[in-house]
Amino acid sequence: MLSINNLQARIEEKEILKGINLDIKPGEIHAIMGPNGSGKSTLASVLAGRADYEVTGGSVDFLGKDLLDMSPEDRAKEGLFLAFQYPVEIPGVSTTNFIKTAVNEKRKYNGQEPLDAAQFLRTMKEKMKLVEIDQSLLSRSLNEGFSGGEKKRNEIFQMAMLEPKLAILDETDSGLDIDALRIVANGVNTLRSKDNAFLIVTHYQRLLDYIVPDFVHVLYNGRIVKSGTKELAFELEEKGYDFIKAEVNEAAL
Amino acid sequence: MDAKIYFKEKFENSNIASGELGSFQQKNWNTFYTLGLPELKHEEWKYTKIKNLFKDDLIYTLDKSSIESNDIQQFVLPGTENANRIVFVNGIFQQAMTNLTDSVLVVESLEEASKNENKSFVETHLGCSHPYHQDGINALNASFANGGVFIKVNKNTVLNNPIVIYHIADCQSGLRFSQPRILVNIEESAEATLLETYHNIGNHESLTNEVNEICVEKDARFRYIKLQNEAKGANHTGTTQIQQLGKSFTHSVTITLDGGVVRNNLNMIMKAEFGESHLYGLYLLDGDTQADNHTIVDNALPNCYSNELYKGIMDGKSSGTFNGKIFVRKDAQKTNAYQSNKNILIGEQASANTKPQLEIFADDVKCSHGCTIGKLDEDALFYLRARGISEKNAQAMLLHAFALDILQQVEIEGLKNHIDQLISERLSFNS
Repeated sequence: MLSINNLQARIEEKEILKGINLDIKPGEIHAIMGPNGSGKSTLASVLAGRADYEVTGGSVDFLGKDLLDMSPEDRAKEGLFLAFQYPVEIPGVSTTNFIKTAVNEKRKYNGQEPLDAAQFLRTMKEKMKLVEIDQSLLSRSLNEGFSGGEKKRNEIFQMAMLEPKLAILDETDSGLDIDALRIVANGVNTLRSKDNAFLIVTHYQRLLDYIVPDFVHVLYNGRIVKSGTKELAFELEEKGYDFIKAEVNEAAL
Repeated sequence: MDAKIYFKEKFENSNIASGELGSFQQKNWNTFYTLGLPELKHEEWKYTKIKNLFKDDLIYTLDKSSIESNDIQQFVLPGTENANRIVFVNGIFQQAMTNLTDSVLVVESLEEASKNENKSFVETHLGCSHPYHQDGINALNASFANGGVFIKVNKNTVLNNPIVIYHIADCQSGLRFSQPRILVNIEESAEATLLETYHNIGNHESLTNEVNEICVEKDARFRYIKLQNEAKGANHTGTTQIQQLGKSFTHSVTITLDGGVVRNNLNMIMKAEFGESHLYGLYLLDGDTQADNHTIVDNALPNCYSNELYKGIMDGKSSGTFNGKIFVRKDAQKTNAYQSNKNILIGEQASANTKPQLEIFADDVKCSHGCTIGKLDEDALFYLRARGISEKNAQAMLLHAFALDILQQVEIEGLKNHIDQLISERLSFNS
């Protein structure tokens, strides 16, 4: 589904990704972990198409297409979804109207008829239950005045509405209490299927108690330095990132 | 053209009013003849090339035109179908086209009002905006003031319907010059909404030079909407002065969506304690349109509150100017005066000028001002695009959201929805 090959990227003059290789197949959940500043969020942003980052090398294939060649909106319409670490507050844009526009632009791109008001409402009600999000929140301006937990739930709600093939969750667990974490994880677990895939970017192991990954990768200094199964996450939790740093630095000598 | 020579002939051949109104006209004519039209070096006219708009083919007539009541119907805006209708054609008040749905409303020619029981009101308040605009353009309007209208909302009267003033310019044969003059009295404890809208008939350009003076008495509530959505060849310079003679509530919304060179002066003169005033403006410009909003909030007495928010979106080669003055006179302690102007530039060649000007002579006041000129928020744009919304639509959504807090100030529901639609169409068309 997603094949990242030697991806390098920088912001201004600073080299952040120094050659990432990663393959994700349908039905898989991958977790990317790593200390602060290792490049985790940069990887998520580059995949989603944020213009602040300049790709300096490598390639990314998404469902047979050159991902890096596409605009952010086309990536989304092809089935990529980024749950933002910091969802943006946009006063004056109603959440419902925004989601409806997004859903219907995607449907149009894929040659489907737009949802009418009744169909849209029905779908929305169904997905709202999934992430235990309140109707009143959705009639407000997009993320405006939402608590941290509400913003993250809104991200998962949007994901449920857009039904992406590949969802990237960028530190969705940061700033969440246990209840919100459970709701977010429950949303992901309900949506996962043999046809879609998830890339979960996180600093801590705790989200992975709820969403069990098939693979865990450790990103350090712009490279994936270690890959394994979920046991690797436990090891990191126990030992901290220092042992990884030590291993990498030792290998470099 | 040589404006002095052209208008001298017009003035000398016009029938100026008798009595006080006539002396007012004569006095102002003398002022115009001395000052002439404002030049760019005049600080107040720095961004408005008013003189260039007086072209050689300009037509100024004071007699009847061929426009009829039926011609107005096409300009009636949604939500104002039942409004009290007042019509100016080529700047002259048309008594015969007046249609009042609130029978208690008084609408008569300024000349009539200057002679009947409203005489002393007219004598006291006509020209009350002049001290703020001591220039030739204001004086030129006053020279021909007898073509104007007087409107009165009687004491304790709450109008059921808004008052709509249609300004029609007959541009079928050349550049039409119009000079509407309006004097309004909102008496004690009365409530009214006044909407002004401007329309050209014909393909030639127009130039309007308007003065509207509104006096709001104790415990009255007054709402004002000025909507400008004329053709690109429609040029406008207008002064609206709202004077709060007693403790009262006033609210104004100025929306400029189209036009050539547009200059709006809005003065809120707070002459009594505990007055409350709101000033909102939106200019959504493209092409070569130039909109210039000059506002004055003048606090003479203590304990008044004013809040001002003007927003601009400039596309193409358009330019938007905001100049906001706040005066707090030395007796006006405990004044609360807030001002904000925000601009977004879309077009590479678009420009914005913003100039807050606060002159505070009292020492116990709360005043604030802020202005921004920028582009759309990149993070917000990316967020929308990352959900599959095209760049064009994402931009339109954000611009619409930006305009929304001004739009929401329009209290006439049908009109608000109509303007909303105009804005939405414009944004998706341009961006």
